[in-house]
Amino acid sequence: MTQKSVIRYALIAALLLVLPLVLQNFGNAWVRIADMALLYVLLALGLNIVVGYAGLLDLGYVAFFAIGAYSYGLLNSPHLTETFAWLAAAYPTGMHTPIWLVLILGAGLAGIFGVLLGAPTLRLRGDYLAIVTLGFGEIIRVFLNNLDNPVNITNGPKGIGQIDSLQFFGINIGKKMVVGGMEFASVSLYYYLFLALVLISILISHRLEQSRIGRAWMAIREDEIAAKAMGINTRNLKLTAFGMGATFGGVSGAMFASFQGFISPESFSLMESVMIVAMVVLGGIGHLPGVILGAVLLSALPEVLRYIAGPLQTMTDGRLDASILRQLLIALAMVSIMLMRPRGLWPSPEHGKSLSNAPKA
Amino acid sequence: MDILVQQVINGLVLGSMYALIALGYTMVYGIINLINFAHGEVMMVGALTSWTVIGLLRPAHPDWPGYVILLIALLVACVVAAVLNFIIEKIAYRPLRNSPKLAPLITAIGMSILLQTLAMIIWKPNFKSYPTLLPSEPFNVLGAVITPTQVMILVFTAVSLALLTWLVNFTKLGRAMRATAENPRVAGLMGVKPDVVISATFVIGAVLAAIAGVMYASNYGTAQHAMGFLPGLKAFTAAVFGGIGNLAGAVVGAILLGLIESIGAGYIGDWTGGVLGSHYSDIFAFVVLIIVLTLRPSGLLGERVADRA
Repeated sequence: MTQKSVIRYALIAALLLVLPLVLQNFGNAWVRIADMALLYVLLALGLNIVVGYAGLLDLGYVAFFAIGAYSYGLLNSPHLTETFAWLAAAYPTGMHTPIWLVLILGAGLAGIFGVLLGAPTLRLRGDYLAIVTLGFGEIIRVFLNNLDNPVNITNGPKGIGQIDSLQFFGINIGKKMVVGGMEFASVSLYYYLFLALVLISILISHRLEQSRIGRAWMAIREDEIAAKAMGINTRNLKLTAFGMGATFGGVSGAMFASFQGFISPESFSLMESVMIVAMVVLGGIGHLPGVILGAVLLSALPEVLRYIAGPLQTMTDGRLDASILRQLLIALAMVSIMLMRPRGLWPSPEHGKSLSNAPKA
Repeated sequence: MDILVQQVINGLVLGSMYALIALGYTMVYGIINLINFAHGEVMMVGALTSWTVIGLLRPAHPDWPGYVILLIALLVACVVAAVLNFIIEKIAYRPLRNSPKLAPLITAIGMSILLQTLAMIIWKPNFKSYPTLLPSEPFNVLGAVITPTQVMILVFTAVSLALLTWLVNFTKLGRAMRATAENPRVAGLMGVKPDVVISATFVIGAVLAAIAGVMYASNYGTAQHAMGFLPGLKAFTAAVFGGIGNLAGAVVGAILLGLIESIGAGYIGDWTGGVLGSHYSDIFAFVVLIIVLTLRPSGLLGERVADRA
């Protein structure tokens, strides 16, 4: 690492660390936007493993997000104890499952579902796979929506509320904290938590990319038959990709549930899956900085613009309200970026090209 | 027994609407290998356009019979949808024809959101009640009922399918379309202009989608900006079910899907002892799809294509 890049990374790190403290002054809503952006980065990084590395188009990714979120929500809210008397007897103070257990459970469950989805779809190519994963996402959502009778498990469209905020090592980050005279709002604490998770995920993704598994995934993406001929076990590796990506989704889901305190099937619509795919592809598929850029751009930018939308709304007689404007911007961004840069905003350098373009010396 | 007949009739009606949409998907996919996500939205635009036309015509000419107004609205909807789809293809898909595979897909998804949003701005987001222009007195068939609107849907679908079959199999354009789907490069060498063929495909698909939109709105009596999404998705599922790229497959897949959905919705409560209700009907499509594709990865009538590098 050269001195220049050390300085650059240090600057970025300092900026990221100070960001919530600055945003806090403008109101917690701004920090929330940053939090959600980080959460989307986490999701996009997870999907990038499936779509970017292994080249398997997954349009139902949000299902894993939902599985993680509902695992956390059910195990850390009064909903289950209110519904089942025997549970209430077992947990007189309500269910407050430790986060570590929930994380393992949520991530594991999502991972298992990922493999379960992957197994029957291994033989499918490209678009068939896309539509099956999409169907899987819808199935999960319909079940979440309807599992409120005959036995009320998910509370249906009403969703689950009063979910505990995150606690670990005796710290409850749902409350504000004062450290050395500095006041950290709860949203800022979540920001640091998500930032840490994003960093870990980047590290994992980066190491995966360089590893034997990662290289095998990319070989499968480029040419499955050739990869098979080279002795790569395509079946196991595809399943690994599905499971690994799903695990990321599960963890993000648990984080989302604790952050929002409320979850309902509405948050896990097909549109969300599509948005996450769009983030990965817009940014630069399979390229970590690009994926992060895409996620931040698509999640945060429209939110920020929403604050500027007030005057526009009065100008257009209420036809362009904030949510419509947000949707319009996302759509326009997706179409125009793809038209101008079909390989994404920040694509990975093409293999082989850099060699042939290098000056002959 | 009469419940079964009723569900079969409903399933056929539903399936024929899916078929009209599925054909658009499958034709486009067959020629340029693109899942045109915006196709459901073209159907929605068709429905809403016809709603506006009906709203304008009815007060102006109260003496005109309902079917005349409906026919005029249908024609206008077809033209608007065709022009729209033509423009979409030209500005959004054509420049991306040789880019990485996911790029046009993302553009198509973006287009779908864009059209929905624009429709929301133009027509406002509320549900509009779609007037019943045909007599509402139902006919009795084997103990079940079928409304004139449903009869109209079946007739229109049959006529459209017959016309499409004639167009694809017995005209010069149809031959060019089949040739381009088979091998675009060789078709080009034989004097087929791929751009013209692709534009024509989008226009034909849009006309079929607009017909489906008008039928859908008259059948359910409502129209709204988000109405195209789920039928679009199901229709695509039907196209994959039947083997994508295959016209007959799309129709077979769509009719089967409609039947499965309505019969399943009618009986699932009895079968599962009331545990699962008819609100699960939306997932039948996907469950069936996953099972079929697992057992027969290229769809019911799809050819088994060898893997190409």
